[in-house]
Amino acid sequence: MKGLKKKIDNVKPHFEKGGKFEKLHSVFDGFYTFLFTPNETSKSGVHIHDSNDSKRTMTTVIIALLPCVLFGMWNIGLQHNLAVGDPDRAFFRMFFYGFFAVLPQILTAYIVGLGIEFVVAQIRGHEIQEGFLVSGILIPMICPVDTPCWMLAVAVAFAVIFAKEVFGGTGYNFLNVALVTRAFLFFAYPSKMSGDNVFVSLGNQLPVDGFSGATPLGQLAASSGEAQVLGVTGDPLTLTDMFFGFYPGSWGETSTFCILIGMVILLVTGIASWRIILSAGVGGFLMGLLAHHFAMDLYPVTYLTPFEQMSLGGFAFAVVFMATDPVTSCRTETGKYIYGFLVGVIAILIRCYNTGYPEGAMLSVLLMNCFAPLIDYIVVNSNINRRLKRAIIKEQ
Amino acid sequence: MKISKSWLPFVNPLSKDNPVIVQVLGICSALAVTAKLEPAVVMTISVTAVLALANVIISLLRNTIPNSIRIIVQLVVVAALVVIVDQVLKAWNYEVSKALSVFIGLIITNCIIMGRLEAFAMSNRPWPAFLDGVGNALGYGMILIIVAFFRELLGSGTIFGYQVIPQWWYDAGYQNNGMMILPPMALITVACIIWVHRAKNKDLQE
Repeated sequence: MKGLKKKIDNVKPHFEKGGKFEKLHSVFDGFYTFLFTPNETSKSGVHIHDSNDSKRTMTTVIIALLPCVLFGMWNIGLQHNLAVGDPDRAFFRMFFYGFFAVLPQILTAYIVGLGIEFVVAQIRGHEIQEGFLVSGILIPMICPVDTPCWMLAVAVAFAVIFAKEVFGGTGYNFLNVALVTRAFLFFAYPSKMSGDNVFVSLGNQLPVDGFSGATPLGQLAASSGEAQVLGVTGDPLTLTDMFFGFYPGSWGETSTFCILIGMVILLVTGIASWRIILSAGVGGFLMGLLAHHFAMDLYPVTYLTPFEQMSLGGFAFAVVFMATDPVTSCRTETGKYIYGFLVGVIAILIRCYNTGYPEGAMLSVLLMNCFAPLIDYIVVNSNINRRLKRAIIKEQ
Repeated sequence: MKISKSWLPFVNPLSKDNPVIVQVLGICSALAVTAKLEPAVVMTISVTAVLALANVIISLLRNTIPNSIRIIVQLVVVAALVVIVDQVLKAWNYEVSKALSVFIGLIITNCIIMGRLEAFAMSNRPWPAFLDGVGNALGYGMILIIVAFFRELLGSGTIFGYQVIPQWWYDAGYQNNGMMILPPMALITVACIIWVHRAKNKDLQE
């Protein structure tokens, strides 16, 4: 590590003002501060010194995502072996099957997204922001395992340019970039984003008899009346299976258990807002309870119990990793409760009562992203009004 | 090239004073008729006919229209012209007329038309008014056709209904972008045109 730092320090003058590669300063700076703590300190005034800059924040989120990433890769292998009738259950063989299945997508997302960020930063003369560090891994995680790389590249380019860079880059986007990518894919290429043959990687092998690649929520949305949720081989799924995530789906978000581990990491380090997670959980649970109480054949998803609702699909993932995005959520503390609660309620609402969309978490978070500034505005203004009223002195 | 002053009403709306990308008018129909090129072209022709004639008629009548009922008079003229266009279209090109359905009728409410009548025809002589009408309609139609070109090419893989994306692309895994057919992408395409346009015309930047 020391040797590396020495080497980098040696070439540093070339990138400073007046050096040979002055134009590439932001690229150099981006890599430098990614690897080492920046040694620039403030020269004047009073400043709060904290080692936690946005790069550290992003790195922590990546660490929190790791359980989901690793489990997701293993689960791809497991679902593949189940689907093609391979009795092999060796841990590493299944893990590496999944790893190599999603590696091209992860690389695509990072190369396209970071490429655009670098180019824009160079053009504008900005520092390179690290906002895409998290988005780049989130994007493949919330897409089906078989998403073609070129589609992903188009969607990432669209999302980074139109949801982020045109509004001023990292920290100015009003919509979650990863979810915009997914929404773009969902509306542009629906045949590759839903249905029953995109969520399980078959890898040119024929599936066994009785195979169904539909996600649990997809099965329910297509059924009529109370139906059992089945795994890929046709066995019914238990609540434990749902909680630990042994079912096909967008590969990063199936395991609620791993998401909870990530949630603990985010909460302990204080990066995610517990207010949003808590109120979204309560909102989703209450809405699930309500839907379950008034379950009807027309909307088969309503037969799920609230616990099943929260374990299935992308709900937990969206609440923990998407709704808590500090840029696109509410800033005020009261606003966070309202925002989170509505994210939870709307996610379950769409999932239950719109059979066209088997999963509502994406649309719900995007919708609430749009309303977050309005909620903040109302909270701030009602606070001002309340205090104004208190401050008025009665005239004699 | 120096453009003589009398042609300015025609030239200005094509770029510097474009009704869609500078004044941001007529967005509603820009969303509705641009999924395919053919309706966009027909819409352009219809709007050109209506706007040019309405501008001339209102300009001829401008000194006799009582100020307090001028909007009604303008509406009557526009509505009459739109009905004629609608009937002609039904007689000669029924398919496209069906595809455009209500949007031909809604030319009456196109804010570009009322805007030009109020802002230009009411205070200018017939010839400049005619030029202004044609210029604005073409400026509007130009944007419509650019948007429709990209939406049809990327959304359906066709141009004027002819397949231009080769079959082997589809065999290799290419898919038409279904989102281009949906209205939001019309707005985003218009936004891209505005982006390019303002980048070229720095004086328009706010």
